[in-house]
Amino acid sequence: MIEGARWRRWVFFNLPLALFVIGLLFPFYWMMVTTVRPDAELYRPWMAPNYTPFWTLHPTLDHIRYLLDETLFSRWMLNTFFISVLATAISLFCGLLAGYALSRLKFPFAGSLGTGIFITYLVPQTLLFIPLADIIRNFRLGDTPWALILTYPTFLIPFCTWLLMGYFKAIPRELEECARIDGATRWQAMVYIVFPVAVPGILSAGIFAFTLSWNEFIYALVFLSSPEEKTVSVGITSELVRGDVFYWGSLMAGALLGSVPVALIYSLFVEYYVAGITGSIKG
Amino acid sequence: MARVIIRSLNKKFDGVHAVKDVNLEIHDKEFVVLVGPSGCGKTTTLRMVAGLESITSGEILIGDRVVNELPPMDRDIAMVFQNYALYPHMSVYDNMAFGLKMRGFDRIEIANRVQVAAEILGIQEQLQRKPRQLSGGQRQRVALGRAIVRHPQVFLFDEPLSNLDAKLRIQMRVEIKKIHVRLGTTAIYVTHDQVEAMTLGDRVVVMKDGVVQQVGEPLELYNEPANRFVAGFIGSPAMNFATVEVANADGALWARHEGIRIKLPARIADRLRRYLGEKVTLGIRPEDLRVASSSDTADLSFDSVVEVIEKLGSEILLDVKVGPNTMVAAVEPTVKAKIHDRLRLALDPDRLYFFDGTSQAAI
Repeated sequence: MIEGARWRRWVFFNLPLALFVIGLLFPFYWMMVTTVRPDAELYRPWMAPNYTPFWTLHPTLDHIRYLLDETLFSRWMLNTFFISVLATAISLFCGLLAGYALSRLKFPFAGSLGTGIFITYLVPQTLLFIPLADIIRNFRLGDTPWALILTYPTFLIPFCTWLLMGYFKAIPRELEECARIDGATRWQAMVYIVFPVAVPGILSAGIFAFTLSWNEFIYALVFLSSPEEKTVSVGITSELVRGDVFYWGSLMAGALLGSVPVALIYSLFVEYYVAGITGSIKG
Repeated sequence: MARVIIRSLNKKFDGVHAVKDVNLEIHDKEFVVLVGPSGCGKTTTLRMVAGLESITSGEILIGDRVVNELPPMDRDIAMVFQNYALYPHMSVYDNMAFGLKMRGFDRIEIANRVQVAAEILGIQEQLQRKPRQLSGGQRQRVALGRAIVRHPQVFLFDEPLSNLDAKLRIQMRVEIKKIHVRLGTTAIYVTHDQVEAMTLGDRVVVMKDGVVQQVGEPLELYNEPANRFVAGFIGSPAMNFATVEVANADGALWARHEGIRIKLPARIADRLRRYLGEKVTLGIRPEDLRVASSSDTADLSFDSVVEVIEKLGSEILLDVKVGPNTMVAAVEPTVKAKIHDRLRLALDPDRLYFFDGTSQAAI
């Protein structure tokens, strides 16, 4: 905490914090205002005498109605949800086992294997989608949700593995040793002791993985083509930008509604999530 | 209940020879303490008995079974760790019941055993709490309880009291001793604290650099240390050492060094005769030094200069300079000495220790 005179607290704490909060929340505010702004106001030139960029006096739900009725938005939401949940589950499962093995078991090249997994995470997706597209085509998975469910783990597993590896390392080895002396096998010690203690870490890895798959764009853009198979991020940008016409109101409505599930998940698990990232375990 | 036999036990970690050829026989119901400075191999030895560390060579028997290849769960042991290792997501009750559940005990038997252990340890009130809500002492009790409920053949303790404050440590020390007397389970206890080792152990094993230095009852180690290391490690404050030369004069043997000239009694002289003209290490325990009175002969006393005075109440510790050596003398609290005083200290000729100058073994 900042000590000393009251003005110091304001200048060095409250003011920067306020700027930060405003800076972070402004895009969402802009999305919200644009969503409810009537077209007449949206396309009004900035020199017009009644130009009000930061608020609207005639809010409308037309854009949302258009988004829900005239596009496949709800379908996209379902697609995204289905793909994200499955990709997250697969990645979390693999990440848990890999993270545990790399942090606890002694085997040759454990260290270099860990680094190797991390390096695969550093390969940019914009390069990786080219060979992956070939694989997807060979397996005839193109334009199905499986194209994404099976390719998202390529970046999610390294990510989950690394996050969980760090978390497992912070759990005292003695806990597990004690369980094994108490009569548990290594597998039981892992399932009954290590995993429950690692819940904050597992949750934050899961949330991160879910968010990454929810927001993923390039694979979804390349591997899916029919409108009814698309995810939210691709669906909105491809169906609501037609040529050089931007349906700004509906675009922003889609972006806003699309970020609701992620925001919900974060707010539900915020405590675990912070504990998971900062790695604090009280025992 | 069982005996534990360790035969020619060795452990090497990537080139470091951590435990060297340890042989030890622990009798049924015995409380054996492994003690030594950090890195002496005591914890590694214990972990090998527990099955948490693989054995490079040698044999470990618990009861009559060779357990070398058995996983920890099949060795019928219980271990108490330095950091308690309580399962943070479980209540105290579940912590204590975990081992029994894993072994398929029925619910009623588990409840009974946990109840009995909780009573022994006085933690009945805490059974529904989580470990993070407990104090250090209570956590250690739970860790003990977790070991007790299992009725194992052997208890293993890995510095269980190191994380407690001094007062609690003494209290828990007594408690562990009581539990051992009550249950009679064979116990192996690792500590770096020689006081803990002396007070708890039926026998004490002193280790250094992976090698067992001496095995014996506490007073045996104190009175007849096998070498200079054991002599310096056991006893508090530690034994004073000085390098002296064995010399012959006036028909007797003398231990001589700057500021020290002690006439050796006949009994010791016989043993030291072959070191005539050589240097040996003289050891004197602080409690065997006292302020000389007029009746003390010059042959068994020496001059010193007081440098530091530590008043402990029951005794006074004087840090004195004797020639180039610094020594500690534990003297009566009635002694009135001031810093820089010259003081003549007398010693008990029967309580002198001599160690070989090169091998450091007791002479």
